[in-house]
Amino acid sequence: MNVPLKEKKLLEVKLGELPSWILMRDFTPSGIAGAFQRGYYRYYNKYVNVKKGSIAGLSMVLAAYVFLNYCRSYKELSESLLDCFASGGVSPDRVGLVHRLI
Amino acid sequence: MNENLFASFITPMMFGLPLVTLIVLFPSLLFPTSNRLVNNRLISLQQWMLQLVSKQMMSIHNTKGQTWALMLMSLILFIGSTNLLGLLPHSFTPTTQLSMNLGMAIPLWAGAVITGFRNKTTASLAHFLPQGTPTPLIPMLVIIETISLFIQPVALAVRLTANITAGHLLIHLIGGATLALMSINTTTALITFIILILLTVLEFAVAMIQAYVFTLLVSLYLHDNT
Repeated sequence: MNVPLKEKKLLEVKLGELPSWILMRDFTPSGIAGAFQRGYYRYYNKYVNVKKGSIAGLSMVLAAYVFLNYCRSYKELSESLLDCFASGGVSPDRVGLVHRLI
Repeated sequence: MNENLFASFITPMMFGLPLVTLIVLFPSLLFPTSNRLVNNRLISLQQWMLQLVSKQMMSIHNTKGQTWALMLMSLILFIGSTNLLGLLPHSFTPTTQLSMNLGMAIPLWAGAVITGFRNKTTASLAHFLPQGTPTPLIPMLVIIETISLFIQPVALAVRLTANITAGHLLIHLIGGATLALMSINTTTALITFIILILLTVLEFAVAMIQAYVFTLLVSLYLHDNT
């Protein structure tokens, strides 16, 4: 059975076909919005909208939020780390802790 | 050290795009809607909490005031969830920005006051003069009451901003102190760490209390005016 490339799912696409598959995706605003919506409902129906949902459904979202905020502020944190080294406030083995938790 | 302390209050932008919009919209993701009678645990918990708060807060109002129920409940949910999310590491709290809190306080206060002036003009004007004041004091008291009326939205906004900002700053400072003390004297660092834990518990409480206070005051201003 020959499925056209456009309708294949990501895991069924061969490696050589990957660039053309990516270019064929729907990049219109409504396409992107549809992708976000599908992703949201996939997560929601798997982890939250179940009979005995646990705290993990909410915690994973919050963990992802923390991680994204860390990525956003990575540059400032590493610059302040350099300042801290220069003024002699922190020894090199406390590097991990200086990327402070808040 | 000083610049680093206030760095977390800068509006987040990425490549010139306002990231702050996404951060303000994020709490809405955590409150899903549903049309069913029996929901999943997340929605059931949220519905139970919302019923509890709305019954407690809207019971003092008459029919006209209770039309504001949706607005006030959205307000308390938004402020509460934004404050609580701000306690997560590295996150940005929109309610630390005075601009945002003024944007919430002024329209709500103005709405309540203008409703009062349009529907019960004499009663609203009568608020400027408390009952039983001696006659010579009347001009001064009217001026004072007018000032206290106009200061209400500013007080609402500044109260929320100052409380949340101060809490975040304290956590930064005490966290930094704990870190610096660890290499000098571990016992003191342990004590400071315990203080940090207590402070974090306080901040959780403050986050929710501030939301409640904001909404309660708006509802009181509404009650005076309907």
